[in-house]
Amino acid sequence: MKSERFGPWLAMVLGTLYFVVPLIATFEFSLRKRRGVYSFDAYASVFSDSRFIESFGYSTFIALLTIVVGVLLVVPTAYVIRLRMPRMRPIVEFITLLPLVIPAIVIVFGYLRLYNSSSFLPLTGTARSTDLLLVFAYVVLAMPYMYRAVDTGLRAIDVKTLTEAAESLGASWWTILFKVILPNVRVAVLSGAFLTFAIVIGEFTIASLLNRPAFGPYLQLVGANSAYEPSALAVIAFVVTWACMGLIQLFGSGIRGSSAAPR
Amino acid sequence: MVENVSAATMDDHAAAASRKRLPLSWLGVVPFFAFALLFLIWPTLDLMIGAFQTPTGEFTLQNIANLNQDSIISAYKISIQVSVASAVLGAVFGFFLAHAAVMGNLPGWMRPTLTTFSGVASNFAGVPLAFAFIATLGRTGLVTTLLYSFFGINLYSTGFNILSFWGLTITYLYFQIPLMVLILMPALDGLKKEWREAAAILGATKVQFWTHVAFPVLWPSLLGATMLLFANAFGAIATAYALTGSSLNIVPILLYAQIRGDVLHDPNLGYALALGMIVITALSNITYIWLRARSDRWLR
Repeated sequence: MKSERFGPWLAMVLGTLYFVVPLIATFEFSLRKRRGVYSFDAYASVFSDSRFIESFGYSTFIALLTIVVGVLLVVPTAYVIRLRMPRMRPIVEFITLLPLVIPAIVIVFGYLRLYNSSSFLPLTGTARSTDLLLVFAYVVLAMPYMYRAVDTGLRAIDVKTLTEAAESLGASWWTILFKVILPNVRVAVLSGAFLTFAIVIGEFTIASLLNRPAFGPYLQLVGANSAYEPSALAVIAFVVTWACMGLIQLFGSGIRGSSAAPR
Repeated sequence: MVENVSAATMDDHAAAASRKRLPLSWLGVVPFFAFALLFLIWPTLDLMIGAFQTPTGEFTLQNIANLNQDSIISAYKISIQVSVASAVLGAVFGFFLAHAAVMGNLPGWMRPTLTTFSGVASNFAGVPLAFAFIATLGRTGLVTTLLYSFFGINLYSTGFNILSFWGLTITYLYFQIPLMVLILMPALDGLKKEWREAAAILGATKVQFWTHVAFPVLWPSLLGATMLLFANAFGAIATAYALTGSSLNIVPILLYAQIRGDVLHDPNLGYALALGMIVITALSNITYIWLRARSDRWLR
């Protein structure tokens, strides 16, 4: 039995080393700004940079919009497909998986060709409409995860019975969707939302090519121009990602009766 | 597409459909399809069509032919090499980790910890990941310095560079391995205990169990997941760009430079470059989906 357990332990130890050492190294590096002693100077310099606050705030706002648009788009679709149009399911699932096939850079390239300022729908014409295009791009990017999360949530509840019960009590479809179905899959929606947030907050390619003042391009800019601040920013980004995933776990396991653990 | 929607609704609920129900089905599905068409399918198709057009809009195969130049061919080559290396290594290491967590008889807290951490690490990509690896394996990185001061090994005199092929591959593994772990764990759970017991009763050794039972069942998941990892690495740009700037010539970075400043001096050649990316990731994903369908038959 002892020899049988050696392999797994070795795998775990090596895995832990590979995954933890870069985190320690990044943290250590971020403390080196002041010569000779460890200090939090790099963090102080990051937090006092107004562009940090602005770009992080901007990306947070865009992420929240993305979540709202994504939920409004995905929840009704997943619900209707499950309840009324099961035969459309393969098509919808195929579409939601497309963003994993088509690289983000290709999608945004397509936007720039299709929605340039002299096109029929000049979304890249003004700053506000480009913001909107950025939100839409992120909804596309998050769609595979959002749809999967919501669909898993819907599978766990009895959609048919809930709908019939609500209908027999005279509820309108609006009431059914937002007062019956949505609250019942809130855990799934939340886990999709946090995942979306984690993906969107530091996204670089699309924001940079659409020329928006988001957090990702700011990170890249800092990385090209300073030594210790990037490590501090990487630590911050890791904490944000960790917080999002932690919240998914917390909501996923903390509330009884709804299984929404990310698969 | 609109006809399909209404046809399906009518078919399914010809009897039950009341006037009240119809708008729900419509309102639920039409925005989704409209959105997918406008912001996913059409832009991509438009780009693909552009790859076969001259600047004035006539049909041509010249753009595709123009892809055949040294800088573009070498970009595709390096991209494919990095993606294959990080996918295969990610698959191997990911398999060992997932196997250890699922079947390794390890303490109970290890598996959920690995799952949570994999969720975080597979999403910890992009620019910050590049920063982390510069701080680790860069010229003044922690591991580089420690190796030198404790073992006298000068990593950079061995030819290693974080801004190189292997540097990028090691960095990509940070999100590739966790992704593999997340995909493989359910597949390993699907290996039924009974199969192992039956094999043991029939006198099979551990090796025989793996070669005759487990791998034949698992290989579609393994290979399929490797394909997904490949596509994942192939489309990634932020990490590579933050790590190497434009010093490593991979396709997404070349395309990025093309979009920003038309470095190829031919917009339609840019579309052909993008088409090449779509074709490659599509092929690897089609293989993944096909293999998934095969493996799902066994893992119910």
